[in-house]
Amino acid sequence: MMARAPNRLSPFNVVSLALGLAFLYLPIVILVTYSFNASRLVTVWGGWSLRWYSEFFNDRAMLEAAWMSFRVATVSATIATVLGTLAAIALSRGRGFRGRTLFSGMLYAPLAMPEVITGLSLLLLFVALNAERGFWTVTIAHTTLTLCFVAVVVQSRLGALDRSLEEAAMDLGCGPARAFIGVTLPLILPAIAAGWMLAFTLSLDDLVIASFTTGPGSATLPIRIYSEVRLGVKPEINAICTLVIGLIAVVIVVASFASKLSSARGESAAPL
Amino acid sequence: MSSRRTFTRPGRIAAIAPYLWLALFFLVPFGFVLKISLSQTAIAQPPYLPVFDLTQGWEAIKPALAALSLDNFRLLISDNLYALSYLRSLFVAAVSTSILLVIGYPIAYGMARLPRRWQAVAMMLVIVPFWTSFLIRIYAWINILQHDGLLNQVLLALHLVSAPVVWLSTDSAMYLGIVYSYLPFMILPLYATLAKIDPALLEAAGDLGSSPRQAFWQVTFPLSWPGIGAGVLLCFIPIVGEFVIPDLLAGSNSMMIGQTLWLEFFTNKDWPVASAAAVVLLLLLLAPLTFYDRLQRRQLEGAR
Repeated sequence: MMARAPNRLSPFNVVSLALGLAFLYLPIVILVTYSFNASRLVTVWGGWSLRWYSEFFNDRAMLEAAWMSFRVATVSATIATVLGTLAAIALSRGRGFRGRTLFSGMLYAPLAMPEVITGLSLLLLFVALNAERGFWTVTIAHTTLTLCFVAVVVQSRLGALDRSLEEAAMDLGCGPARAFIGVTLPLILPAIAAGWMLAFTLSLDDLVIASFTTGPGSATLPIRIYSEVRLGVKPEINAICTLVIGLIAVVIVVASFASKLSSARGESAAPL
Repeated sequence: MSSRRTFTRPGRIAAIAPYLWLALFFLVPFGFVLKISLSQTAIAQPPYLPVFDLTQGWEAIKPALAALSLDNFRLLISDNLYALSYLRSLFVAAVSTSILLVIGYPIAYGMARLPRRWQAVAMMLVIVPFWTSFLIRIYAWINILQHDGLLNQVLLALHLVSAPVVWLSTDSAMYLGIVYSYLPFMILPLYATLAKIDPALLEAAGDLGSSPRQAFWQVTFPLSWPGIGAGVLLCFIPIVGEFVIPDLLAGSNSMMIGQTLWLEFFTNKDWPVASAAAVVLLLLLLAPLTFYDRLQRRQLEGAR
């Protein structure tokens, strides 16, 4: 395949790939390195130290925010995975139901919708419903956003599946529901897991929607980080960011393992 | 074809829960934004005068309807601040999306020409930063761009500049931050289309006498239009409403609409004006959003 002339990798291809990846990774590498800098000043390299990590673990407000973010991300990712998977099934297996266009519109629009609009509109809903703002309002808001990402991931997997397996199960006497649970669900399970993890990290990351929908006294980690960052660079923030990056890296490794499992079963992995 | 009947009824039943959820938490809230945008500002909690009170019945709705005001929209038109914010947002989004396309295309193209097994690795490498926190990636740049940050230190050490350069709080820093954050959103759809192009087409072009360059412009590039469309929209639309990046990296002399909306809402507590600003922003984005929706649907559902 490499031997075919029009498909050979040109030096231009290699250089643009290398530069692109360097651009994407260099800032993160620098940030992680600085988190171990003993000096308070960025200008000075004061040797390796875990000082800023211990500072974080003694910062109660920051720890509370981290715990809040973790709970919101876990709960919202779980609800979003259930709803998103159902939505993906509906779109790829239930053709022509009433309001299908509206349904897929509502599902794809949040992917690109500016967060200020989503955040503001949800807040106004919560105020109108007289809901107490805090953990649950942020969780609902994040579920709404992330279920759309889950739906896209699972749907692209469902689309790549060999439909004849389901049909074979049904020809052999399974009802549609049993064919789904027995045949389809195990096959799309890696995509569902990947969807959960994507939803988890998106929720952990979100600043704008959480700022609109949270109430006093229940700041999420990004809200705390944002208010610190506005006041300038603090080495402690480097340490927190490194911890978050580490957590996300673990999640990604698990997710890629899951998608490896799925490609080992003979289908291409989901794009996200 | 029996596949037509596969799962149709359970499929419809599966739609019920997410349908209701999205209707309640995505669609209905826009009604509230519209409603508040037509109401009047008040110093109260919540800070607007109620427009409809459905508990009072139809008789109470008639005077309420008469009290609806377009004042907030008049303010948006008459005050230069808003018009300038919208224009700046559209301008910044257009410029950054163009830069993203110029940078992202060669990277996606390089990825698509890698041997199969390396493609998966390259895709993973592009996705990882996308999963890493947005805020953290912007913060990483503050580390580098600040007055005594790494960039200035390197430039000074190389004697390229004689005094530290101001990078933070400039438009260049903002563009850098936007391009950095949105690059995966541009690369992934481009890569998805480029990887699908049949190499046999390029061979045919070669056999018919095209140089590789001609083959690229006459075969590959036209076939990558759907990816270009998806990448451009996926970047342009959210950048127009971007808040975090301009807030942390750009100067404070001119604002994007996301910042203006944030200011009206959080600092001035003027919910009706913030809502009106959101309605206008949504109207501006309606056309690109519709296009994006159509592209998504074609990609996910039409491919079979």
